[in-house]
Amino acid sequence: MNVFPFQAALSASPLPAPLLRAQDVSIDYASGAGTVRATHEVSFDVYEGDRFVLLGPSGCGKSTLLKAVGGFVQPTSGGLLLRGRRILRPGPDRIVVFQEFDQLPPWKTVRQNVMFPLLVNGVKRKEAEARAMHWLDKVGLARFADAYPHTLSGGMKARVAIARALAMQPDILLMDEPFGALDALTRRRMQEELQALWEEVGFTMLFVTHSIEEALVVGNRILLLSPHPGRVRAEINSHQFSLASSGSEDFQAAAQRIHRLLFGDEPPSAPAGLPEAPAAVAVQA
Amino acid sequence: MSARIDPVLRAEYELPLQPFEPAQAPSVRAKGARVPGWLPNWLRKGILLLVLAALWEWAARAANNDLLLPSFLQTARAFVDGVASGELPRYVGVSLAVLLQGYLAGALGAFLLTTLAMSSRLGRDLLELLTAMFNPLPAIALLPVALLWFGLGKGSLVFVLVHSVMWPLALNAYAGFRAVPDTLRMAGRNYGLGGLRMVTQILVPAALPAILSGLKIGWAFAWRTLIAAELVFGTTSGKGGLGWYIFQSRNELFTDKVFAGLATVIVIGLLFEHIVFDAVERMTVRRWGMQR
Repeated sequence: MNVFPFQAALSASPLPAPLLRAQDVSIDYASGAGTVRATHEVSFDVYEGDRFVLLGPSGCGKSTLLKAVGGFVQPTSGGLLLRGRRILRPGPDRIVVFQEFDQLPPWKTVRQNVMFPLLVNGVKRKEAEARAMHWLDKVGLARFADAYPHTLSGGMKARVAIARALAMQPDILLMDEPFGALDALTRRRMQEELQALWEEVGFTMLFVTHSIEEALVVGNRILLLSPHPGRVRAEINSHQFSLASSGSEDFQAAAQRIHRLLFGDEPPSAPAGLPEAPAAVAVQA
Repeated sequence: MSARIDPVLRAEYELPLQPFEPAQAPSVRAKGARVPGWLPNWLRKGILLLVLAALWEWAARAANNDLLLPSFLQTARAFVDGVASGELPRYVGVSLAVLLQGYLAGALGAFLLTTLAMSSRLGRDLLELLTAMFNPLPAIALLPVALLWFGLGKGSLVFVLVHSVMWPLALNAYAGFRAVPDTLRMAGRNYGLGGLRMVTQILVPAALPAILSGLKIGWAFAWRTLIAAELVFGTTSGKGGLGWYIFQSRNELFTDKVFAGLATVIVIGLLFEHIVFDAVERMTVRRWGMQR
């Protein structure tokens, strides 16, 4: 069965092989007495250069899905393939940028933090240092290379985590609501910077968010997931939008379309945001 | 009547950004500079110590009984004499040598136990059970058994020292390991770390505040256990330590020497707390912002 019949109509030329393929992925996790299904038969393809967004309200299993791609969680059924190979365990070809600030070891300076995964994976110290400085320069933190993380602001910590991930040059960058703990102004700024980095460097990323606006701004392709358990609702294009167009009618129409797809016809209560229940069930590896 | 108060409507305005002179910035207080109006930390504590010493001196003179309560000056004299004659440093040296052996052995045992606990379910159960059983057991209570097994002398001392260091340290280190944030663990696994490399590169540094506090507690326990044990049976171990010095001085009714020995115990404790552990903390956890 063709999962994506509309794609054939969209492009006459056949699609290249996907970088990441999720096939009917179902994930269960233990919760108290029984097991809870986090995602149910979710399928999607991520291609080279994609800014692929997993969007949905709390309980749609988007973070769990990302952790499964990271190799921290094993799907109950279905397959996750990176370049055709099954994902079995965490690995440096898929670097995760977490939301939590404590993803940066506090005992390492900014420079040492970026060098850390490089050294672990056998890169020579000199080269690791050069690469770290290159990427710190790219995120505008070269001046803070010798600072310890606790002296940085939240936005700067997020930048360090992004620089650290990009320095590894992974096949795919996994971002788990990376800007979720930042204030609104800083978040906007980080979205812009991420976009600029992507245009300059051209990496592939899988981005998890519960903000419709962030999904439209950051992504070129959005997978909508419905909650309890997470099931695919739609996959839509958003490459035409950026922060500059966020006030446009097209943008508002797209946001309303997403809202309608996720919540039916009830009118949006808050502008371009999904209600996120406070820590419903912790989904951890 | 309506409770609403309409705020006054005011005119809007925009300002050109004023150039900012760095001299306008409030000067940041240099590190270690004192709060105005307050004396530096060491001086405040020094003055407190002097006041306590004066109180002691006054009480001793009021009591007027050298055998029961020698005065501060007499004790200081005995201390200086002991140091000058090389008698006190020799006893301290013997004590510290034994202490260091017991301390290191205990720390090693604690590290092995926590590594075991971190790597398997059975190890965790073992650690929880052993610490629950032995941590409340006073080291001195083990002395009779130690004497039976190792005889009089260093073996018994090291045995009780290991006992007094290992459990509190293992308990602290284990709690520290367990408190390492999940995100940090996942980041470590993400880079391909596992096994011993995960322990040394992520878990130990992340748990360092707890490990250091365990080491501090262990040090205090070991020190007081050692002095007490020497008091009980240091007599026959050939070369005595500080506890033996205190015990012997009491037998010979040199009460000022007893007090000088006690003062030495206190001074060494203070030195380690304020110089060794303080320096280690300043260079690590406080520098990293993991502890204030």
